[in-house]
Parts: sequence; C-alpha cells; structure tokens
Amino acid sequence: MNESVHNIESRASQAASRRQRWLSPGMIVRQAVLLFGVFLALAPAVYMLITAFKTKEEYLFDKIGLPDQLVLVNFSEALVQNPFLLWMRNSTILALGAVLLSTVVAALAAFAIARMDFRGRNLLLSISTSLMVIPPVVMIVPLFVLYTRLSLMSTFHGTILIYAGLITPFSVYLLVSFFRTLPTEILEAALIDGATPLGVLWRVVIPLSGPPLLTLFVVNALYVWNDLLIALIFLQSDDSRTLMAGLSVFQGRYNNQIPLTMAGMVMASLPMLILYIIFQRYFIRGLTAGALK
Amino acid sequence: MQGHGNVHAASALCPFLEITTLMIRTKNPLIPYLFVAPLVVLLLFIFGYPLVQIFGFSFRRIRGIDGPWVGLENYQLILNQPLFRESVQHNLQLLIAVPIIIILSIVVAVILYDRVPGWRIYRTIVFIPYILAVPIVAVVLKKFFQFDGPFNESLRVLGLDLFALDWLGSPNFALWTIMSVVIWREVGFGIVLMLARLLSLDEEMLEAAQLDGATWWQRLWYIILPQMAGVIEFYFVVSFITMIAAVFSYIFMISKGGPGTSTMVLEMYIFNFLTRSSLPGVASAVSVMLFLVTMVLILLLFWLRRGEHEQELA
Repeated sequence: MNESVHNIESRASQAASRRQRWLSPGMIVRQAVLLFGVFLALAPAVYMLITAFKTKEEYLFDKIGLPDQLVLVNFSEALVQNPFLLWMRNSTILALGAVLLSTVVAALAAFAIARMDFRGRNLLLSISTSLMVIPPVVMIVPLFVLYTRLSLMSTFHGTILIYAGLITPFSVYLLVSFFRTLPTEILEAALIDGATPLGVLWRVVIPLSGPPLLTLFVVNALYVWNDLLIALIFLQSDDSRTLMAGLSVFQGRYNNQIPLTMAGMVMASLPMLILYIIFQRYFIRGLTAGALK
Repeated sequence: MQGHGNVHAASALCPFLEITTLMIRTKNPLIPYLFVAPLVVLLLFIFGYPLVQIFGFSFRRIRGIDGPWVGLENYQLILNQPLFRESVQHNLQLLIAVPIIIILSIVVAVILYDRVPGWRIYRTIVFIPYILAVPIVAVVLKKFFQFDGPFNESLRVLGLDLFALDWLGSPNFALWTIMSVVIWREVGFGIVLMLARLLSLDEEMLEAAQLDGATWWQRLWYIILPQMAGVIEFYFVVSFITMIAAVFSYIFMISKGGPGTSTMVLEMYIFNFLTRSSLPGVASAVSVMLFLVTMVLILLLFWLRRGEHEQELA
C-alpha cells in the first residue's frame, strides 16, 4: 500500500506482499464493492445490447437471458422505418457547428484574457465562469419568443448559436487556464519577429493547444449531442430533428416492441461510446475540469 | 492544465488568482477589446438578454411576442395552482438524491484511490453511465422497470415476488424510481470527479499518518475529507442545481410528468406552458424563480470559497 516502503523491498517480498494484498479481507471487501458497482453500471447497457438481438416473441418469455441466436432484423427495421441517419446527420451538424463557433470565440477571448492587460479582464472572466452553472431552462423562454419573431425556429444556424452560447463559458474557462501555462519565451520571440497578436495566437498558441482543444471538442460535442431540451423546443420540424429528439418520437412509436426500441438505442449510443473509448482521457480530464455540464 | 484539471475544477468558481505572466503589449489599446468582443456579444445574446427578459416577461401577459403589463398576476396564478406546488414539491423530493450521490461517489472514489488492482479499468467502466445520453438511459431503464420487465423478472427469479412492484406505473413509486435513475447516472460522474481530486492530494501526509498507525477511517476522516471540502461543496451545489433545474430529459423520456402528475417537475411545467399553452409570461415567472434559486446557490458557493480563501491566507 505504501509506495516508499515498497521501493526498498526486494522483488520477491514485493510479489509476496502483492499476493497478501489481494487476499487480505479488506481487499476482498473492496473488490466485492467495486464488482457490484461494475454490475450496476453495466447492467442497463448489457440489457439494452442483448435485448436488441432478440425477437419480439423471444423477449415475451425471456427478459433477462442471452438471445438464442443473434437476430439483426430489429436493427434493419429501425433503420428502414425511421430516419436515424438524418437525425444523426442533424446532430452532427449542430455539434460540429456549435463546437467550431464556440472554440473560435473562446480562443480569441481567452487569449486576450490570459495574455493581454485591459480593464474588466477579471470581471469578464468571473462572469463568464459563473454562467457555467446557470441551467439552460432559465434562458429558453425569451429565446423562444425572439426566435419565433426572427423566424429562426427550426433553423440550424439559430440553434447552433444557442448551443455555442451555452458551451462557450466552459471553453473560455478551459482555454484561459491553458493559455496561462504557456511559456512566455515563445510568445516573446514571435512578437520580436514582428508578429501581430492575432498571428501569435494563430501560428504559435493554437498549434501548442492540441490537448485542450481536443478536450473542448469531446466535452462540448457530448453536451450538444446529448441535449434534449433545446433540441425539442428549437428544432420542431421533421427534417431538422436531432437524434435525441428523434429518439423520443421513436420510443413512442414502438411502445410494445422492446427489442426494436433497444436496437435503436444501441445505434444511438454507438457514436459517443466509440468516441469515449478512443478519447477516454480527454473525456475524463475535460468533464472533471468543468465539473459543471 | 495537464494533470491539474482537477485543481482547476475545485477553483472553478473562486475569483481567479493572479498569475504573473508576460502580457502582450499591443500598439493600440483597443486590440484586447476586439479580441473579447465576439465573446461579449455571444454571452449577452444567449445569457444577458434572456436573463433580463424573463423578469420583463414575468410581469406581462404575453400572447405571441408581447403583451400588456399585468403586475404580479402570473406569479399569483402559478402560486395558486396545485400543479405548480406539486412540481416544486417533487423537485424538493429529488434533492434527497444529493447526499446519496455525494456519499456514494466519495466511498467508491476512496476505494479506487487505495490503488485497488484494476482501478483504472473500474474508473473507465463506472464512467460509462455518464457518457450515455440521458434520453437513451431513460428509455432503456423505462423498459427495464416495466411491471413485467427484466427488473421484476429478476426479483421473481430470486423469490422476491413481494418486491416486484409497478415501479413506474404507480404514482407512489414513479418519482423515486426516476430518482434512482438520476443517481445511477450522476454517481458515475461523481466518482470520477472525486477520484481526480484525490489523485492530486499530497500523499506525504497520508504516508506519515500511516506510519503513525492511523487506521483507514482515521485517515479518511482527518486527512482525506478535510482536503476534499472544496470539491465536495462545489459538487453539492452542482448536484443541487441538477435536481432543481436539470432533470428534464429524464422526466420527458420516462414519464412526461405522469402517471397523473406524480412526476411533474418545474422544467416540465415551464416546457408545457411554453409549447402547449403558449403562455411565455407564466413560463417566465417560473424561470425567474429557478434563476433566483440558482443565484442564491452560486453566491453561497462564492461565500464558502471566500471564507476558505481567507483561512488559507491567514
């Protein structure tokens, strides 16, 4: 347990103590708690997955067992009868649009806040950061009225603007923290070479900001992709519907066809699960850094 | 930022500490303002305008886009409506989840922090509920808790027929079932957050305590928890706001407020007034109340932070 003690022990006794650690009562209790936690965390996902491969008849008499054979008909039926690909396309457009807009706006502002001296700098950062905890539901009523008047309802650009606004305080917060850690020599050198502030940001700072930008991308894309409230209110037309809003229509349509419903849910969860598996550390780092979404 | 993300999370709402860095000197003093202008415009549009306008709307009878001043009529209307009071009550009941989420998160995070073999894999797995979108989770668990669904089926297999209740179909249980679903998903996040904070703790103190013969509980109570006070307060406020004003996706996908009105919450109430009854004035009055509650919580957090800050400086 104690690292420094371990270091001075010989390898043989390390192995022995490792065996002891594994078999100590405390460790057995801990492993048991964790395994139970894993069971709870995965049970719904496993249920979703195995049910998606069952036939409707099989599900009627077997709710928890493994499927007799892997049936793919639920997936093809869900895909053929519902515009899943359109919904996913719409969600992708919104997520990419909002993330791009938010990142540009936030990078410009964060660079000035972190590296330029001007009045109101700290006030702006404090206000922007506080906005992270305001729940979106508070803002929707006036935006709904305004968007109706401006004919921005069911438009992608109008909704991208809302999402971009909601995620930008987090983007600013994360980028300011990062830009403050950059070594000053690099910026100085670029400035002596006659670069403009915008040139420094674009050619020096951004190329060094890979990890925070990737973090912003996954965290913000996850937020937009998973949102339901804004999507339901501001994208009401059939051809602008997002995946999450589509799922609410989808589940209502197949009330009693649970395997078919689950096939749809499996398809809907795949994009983010794949992103999570690839970029796990960025998800964990980003979501704990914000801790607000 | 790398490796310090958790530290920043803890300081997310405290006034930013001045770090001495080289400031770029610009020839024109207006240049910094040009850099922040898009941010200011965007925030004014998405946050500033709505947060001012909900107050204005809440005193008007809005039909379409505008309407006459009606004073406190909207507020009187909702305060006298049983459905509103019921919704408030349900949101308050959901607050029971806050301490449960925090305690479960700390317990599991501390267990993982003991470097249990395989802790990284455990961390990856317990975070999965939080990665899955709420609407997906909600639909899956709705089917899972059906009266003849797999949850009750499992209970029957185990001989616990007595507990095979109508979890979502009965007005007595529906809200509690939805609350468990929220807890299930939020704890995934809480564990990872608490663990991130734990991993940034000073290990020397823990080692010293261990050499002095402190028990596991003593180390947890006297050394680990005091150092986690900041992140716990922060997560408390965030979970509190979640339960009051960010459970819409769960409710909409699982029950839409039903059966009857047994799972009606404030967000659903606003949503209905906005989209069904087309009464933005009434919806705004509820928004104002939610906003004020949120503000009180944020100020509370600022205040707690300031106290700690002064202690640290003293």
